[in-house]
Amino acid sequence: MRKISLIERVRRFGYGGIDVMAVFGRSALFLFHALLGRGGIGGGFGLLVKQLHSVGVMSLVIIVVSGVFIGMVLALQGFNILSSYGSEQAVGQMVALTLLRELGPVVTALLFAGRAGSALTAEIGNMKSTEQLSSLEMIGVDPLKYIIAPRLWAGFISLPVLTMIFSVVGIWGGSWVAVDWLGVYEGSYWSNMQNSVTFVDDVLNGVIKSIVFAFVVTWIAVFQGYDCEPTSEGISRATTKTVVYASLAVLGLDFILTALMFGDF
Amino acid sequence: MQNRTLEIGVGLFLLAGILALLLLALRVSGLAPTASTDTYKLYAYFDNIAGLTVRAKVTMAGVTIGKVTAIDLDRDSFTGRVTMQLEKRVDNLPTDSTASILTAGLLGEKYIGISVGGEETLLKEGGTIHDTQSSLVLEDLIGKFLLNTVSKDAK
Repeated sequence: MRKISLIERVRRFGYGGIDVMAVFGRSALFLFHALLGRGGIGGGFGLLVKQLHSVGVMSLVIIVVSGVFIGMVLALQGFNILSSYGSEQAVGQMVALTLLRELGPVVTALLFAGRAGSALTAEIGNMKSTEQLSSLEMIGVDPLKYIIAPRLWAGFISLPVLTMIFSVVGIWGGSWVAVDWLGVYEGSYWSNMQNSVTFVDDVLNGVIKSIVFAFVVTWIAVFQGYDCEPTSEGISRATTKTVVYASLAVLGLDFILTALMFGDF
Repeated sequence: MQNRTLEIGVGLFLLAGILALLLLALRVSGLAPTASTDTYKLYAYFDNIAGLTVRAKVTMAGVTIGKVTAIDLDRDSFTGRVTMQLEKRVDNLPTDSTASILTAGLLGEKYIGISVGGEETLLKEGGTIHDTQSSLVLEDLIGKFLLNTVSKDAK
């Protein structure tokens, strides 16, 4: 094995750094052109509706099912812990606050990255490797406008909607377990929740979180597809990257957003 | 035809989102559409407000009639000043009403309970409740209890 000189190591480190910065720059330019370049979404409303269907509506099943189960588990766990303090009527408030502030936005974003993000990456990556994107460009159609922009907007719109549905369904699932099964009094389940949950601090902050996550996850997914190597391995690598990067970004951003919103700085 | 079902699906999806937001607002956070204009302000000075927070409820006979909007320290008397917004429909509180800081359950939240006095004159906007009872601080209680046992032992 040849010994690598120190200066060579520094050079490789610098090369990697430039590479990372170049990716950031490309993705920022990409986002800018797709959202603001040359007059919004091409093909008008129809393309957006089609993408909303494949990104949003098709993700509904997994979101609703996991929402119900997460709400049920939260109620069950919360009941077990709270009943040892004799305050099991606070279970509604616990379920609602946990879902609205943290689990709703985060879990929905993670599921969305796995369900819709990976599909977006694979679809666009396949379009690239079969040279559909370059042929669109050849006939004078801007792929950023007709392919990318509708998908970006569909992601931005779908994820907040899915998050709200997730929270509602989770709270409903929690009430199902707590009230109908474990026998918490229904009135105290809801009134404790209403006393402690505030619309601006809890509901709106959760929605703001989900809007940020929607932006990041969709951006990563679409850019990884657009930027992937046009080969089978390239597409598979890009899809993996989408899920990994999007999940890490969501979890990291969640900490920062929580610190800003609830940290009392 | 295929486009139509697609559009209907998306429409239902967006409607479900709006419905979810409405449910979160009305059912979960209990956001009532009543405006906060029909309230009036009262002050109360407590020796110790320990644990009372802004937005805590103000009750009378167990019925919520308002909420705490601000808590600050009065510089001259070194007491905690609590500002409360009470509903206008409860405008017949006598001036010698008592405000006390209570706890819901063993570990529950703190809230203010108001009990009526017997005076003829009524509290008005910006009035002050003078008769107050401070929050029960567990450490003080234990301290008193210990002091009692010690002094008993000394005898």
